[in-house]
Amino acid sequence: MTSEAVLQFKDLDVKFKTEFGRVHAVKGLNLEVRPGEVVALVGESGSGKSVTATTALGLLPGNASIGGETIVAQQSITKLNGKQLRNIRGNHVAMVFQEPMTALNPVIRVGEQLTEAMEVHGVAFGREAWGRAVDLLEAVGIPNAERRAKQFPHELSGGMRQRVVIAMALSCDPSVIIADEPTTALDVTVQADILDLLRSLKDKLNTGILLITHNMGVVADMADRVAVMFKGDIVEHGTSEEVLLNPQHPYTKRLLDAVPHLGDGHGQFGEAVNPVTSEEHALDVKNFVIEYKRQGKKPFRAVDDVSFDVRRGEIVGLVGESGSGKSTIGRALLGLIPAHSGEVRVLGEDLTQLRGSALKKLRRRIGVIFQDPAASLNPRLPVGDVIAEPLDVHRIGTSAERKNRVHELLDAVRLPRSAYNRYPHELSGGQRQRVSIARALTLNPDLLVADEPTSALDVSVKASVLEMFTELQKEFGFACLFISHDLAVIDSLAHRVVVMQYGKIVERGTREEVLLHSSEEYTRRLLAAAPVPDPIEQAQRRADRHALLAEFGEQVVELDTRELDQ
Amino acid sequence: MSDNTNPTQPVQPEADQYSVEDVIDQTTDKSYSQGQLVLRRFLRHKAAMVALITLILIIILAFTSIGYGPIPGWWDKDYLTTSTVQNGGAPTLSLWPFQIGEHPFGQDTIGKDYFAMVMRGTQVSLFIAFTVGIIATFLGTAIGAIAGYYRGITESLLMRVTDLFIIIPALVLAAVFGRTFGSNVPMLAVMLGVISWTGLARLVRGEVLSLREREFVAAARAIGTPSPTIIRRHVLPNALGTIVVNATLLISSAILTETAISFLGFGVRAPDTSLGLLIQTYQNALTTRPWLFWWPGIFILGIALCVNFIGDGLRDAFDPRQSMD
Repeated sequence: MTSEAVLQFKDLDVKFKTEFGRVHAVKGLNLEVRPGEVVALVGESGSGKSVTATTALGLLPGNASIGGETIVAQQSITKLNGKQLRNIRGNHVAMVFQEPMTALNPVIRVGEQLTEAMEVHGVAFGREAWGRAVDLLEAVGIPNAERRAKQFPHELSGGMRQRVVIAMALSCDPSVIIADEPTTALDVTVQADILDLLRSLKDKLNTGILLITHNMGVVADMADRVAVMFKGDIVEHGTSEEVLLNPQHPYTKRLLDAVPHLGDGHGQFGEAVNPVTSEEHALDVKNFVIEYKRQGKKPFRAVDDVSFDVRRGEIVGLVGESGSGKSTIGRALLGLIPAHSGEVRVLGEDLTQLRGSALKKLRRRIGVIFQDPAASLNPRLPVGDVIAEPLDVHRIGTSAERKNRVHELLDAVRLPRSAYNRYPHELSGGQRQRVSIARALTLNPDLLVADEPTSALDVSVKASVLEMFTELQKEFGFACLFISHDLAVIDSLAHRVVVMQYGKIVERGTREEVLLHSSEEYTRRLLAAAPVPDPIEQAQRRADRHALLAEFGEQVVELDTRELDQ
Repeated sequence: MSDNTNPTQPVQPEADQYSVEDVIDQTTDKSYSQGQLVLRRFLRHKAAMVALITLILIIILAFTSIGYGPIPGWWDKDYLTTSTVQNGGAPTLSLWPFQIGEHPFGQDTIGKDYFAMVMRGTQVSLFIAFTVGIIATFLGTAIGAIAGYYRGITESLLMRVTDLFIIIPALVLAAVFGRTFGSNVPMLAVMLGVISWTGLARLVRGEVLSLREREFVAAARAIGTPSPTIIRRHVLPNALGTIVVNATLLISSAILTETAISFLGFGVRAPDTSLGLLIQTYQNALTTRPWLFWWPGIFILGIALCVNFIGDGLRDAFDPRQSMD
């Protein structure tokens, strides 16, 4: 492949002026994307990968100073004025955003959003543009495109919306598409479809794709070349086989080691969890039903007749995609959502029947970790107060004893004791999640409800938090309901797994039964769609998944260019 | 700190070269709370600082010049005693050559020193403004927070009461109360406070409605924290920005309301005085003795502008994203 690069970064250097001084976000970066090629820019938060991509559209905020060049269609973006820039955007370089709901305007019909770009760039007008919009929707695999084009974004599912966003990016036939975490907000089965679509796009239209992601599985599935970014620099660059299978740089090695691998089971991070010895149930959920009332409609059943149990010292993984009701169960166990019917026995006592002080007493024995540590810590309380709060609420100990307990917990979650006076905004994501784990353990709970505790964390941070979590579980011996959509994470620590779909339990059993030898169609779909960070194995898995889809009588999503070529 | 010498302190796993996590500085306990960061941003807001200093100067001038209550001030005349009208009561203040003279702001029609009267008017207006600010902020915050947090019947009830207060015209209420209490300045202030909390209550309710759905509130509920504690400790501190900013706006609007009510003759009565009353008394003097109109006008404008600029600075300090870009 010797063709001209469609996107080129030359010694790109970006600095931001902020309240606390200068931030050097990108430090002299060189990279190019050729037609028909997917280049993955991989890095964790703060690595500068999104800033790099944003320079290609000239969309950086006013406090940025840019050195070096970003070249699109033989033009240096920094030297263009407003009008020239608008001509480049959409026409030569297009963007696919992370969150399809926020990338689409909720009050404009999908079809009109598609025609907008075409009319701005003079590709097509009026009825002709509408026709092309429908063709584009058809091309990205949206059935009934004629009708869908007249709908609003909220009437489409997440995966459909992301296809619309991709159709928008394609509308002016750009030479390069920048995909910024295009599948991060999506469920794994939808992610696999979108990746199939993006892959067919580069093959059929010869478009260059700059893929920005933190997910090594997505990289292995998609990328021809990989550039690993760390703190504004590219530390390693090569074909995906080179980088993923034979990493040279210590950061890349570390990053790859940190990715949980589906099928490798316990012990991926430090020691494996202890086997369960107790037969006593810490949590017993029977015929549990949760309904949300809706005005003028019959109530929506988010959880429908669910029964499962967690034994003392056991970690049970609750798996499902969005809308499966797994988080609703977690919240109901904490008493945040009232139950409709059924019983929930925590250590023998029925949570749904208790009121007042008896309920408060039972709550002492349940700890909770939420998904996003930035949201679950009060920004106005210092760490020490956050961790001591359960003691304060239940009036346990003197203030000196409480301080001691906080120090113990800070040691246990491997934070320095000087973190006592820090505020959440002064900590990074992983450190905040350690604080919220410490808070959950303050009262030595018998049962811990962990609602997606690692999904908001960076890859390497996730690994160290999981390692710590496993050790704490061994040390404290609490039972845990671990809610997650990430099968690989569940695989690395759960004893038993419960799979949910649309509020019902699809399958339950030991980790080996469910994750290795599943017989249920839905579980097999989930397992097949989860990408692994090994390009060769992933290619095999992809073929297997396509075979599985064929077995279920479905087609692989790909770009259908028949209409567009006319 | 003993942390450095403590041998049992576990080594931080992230403290290496290839970590994306920032290392916590273990040598110090020093830490900036959100409040300190806000203060820092506020102190760097030039317009707000100028306004704050101007307001403080006005307050100092008003209270030291003629004194307050039994405490005497440095100005030798008071706002009640009359003397002979000199030079038609024209101001003796001149900037070039600089001189203050006998009556810097002039005299009124019966020979009272107008500087003393304006200073007294400023005292009364400031007193009313701050009293109204405090009462309305307290009521608005409490009612808004309770309605927003508890939802349901409590919310409907409280918000309908709020609507009731909104539809009662302030001036009608003032006319009724003014007749009953006469020239009782504290009562007037309380009355104004009791009718002007509605806007803040709605704003606080809106803020609380979004805060109560945040995960840290769910986390607090999950560990069994009682609702009043959640409101006090988790919800209100996070709504502080809205509350503080609107309190300043309440203060400036209270000055204007007092002015309007006194202007109509329902508020402060002679012989006591306020800035609004001064303007009302001398509204016809604008063509013949314009200083009787200008001086109180300038002070009203000055105080209202200063308070608004301070509010602006506070808003930028609480929400730095708004002023960026």
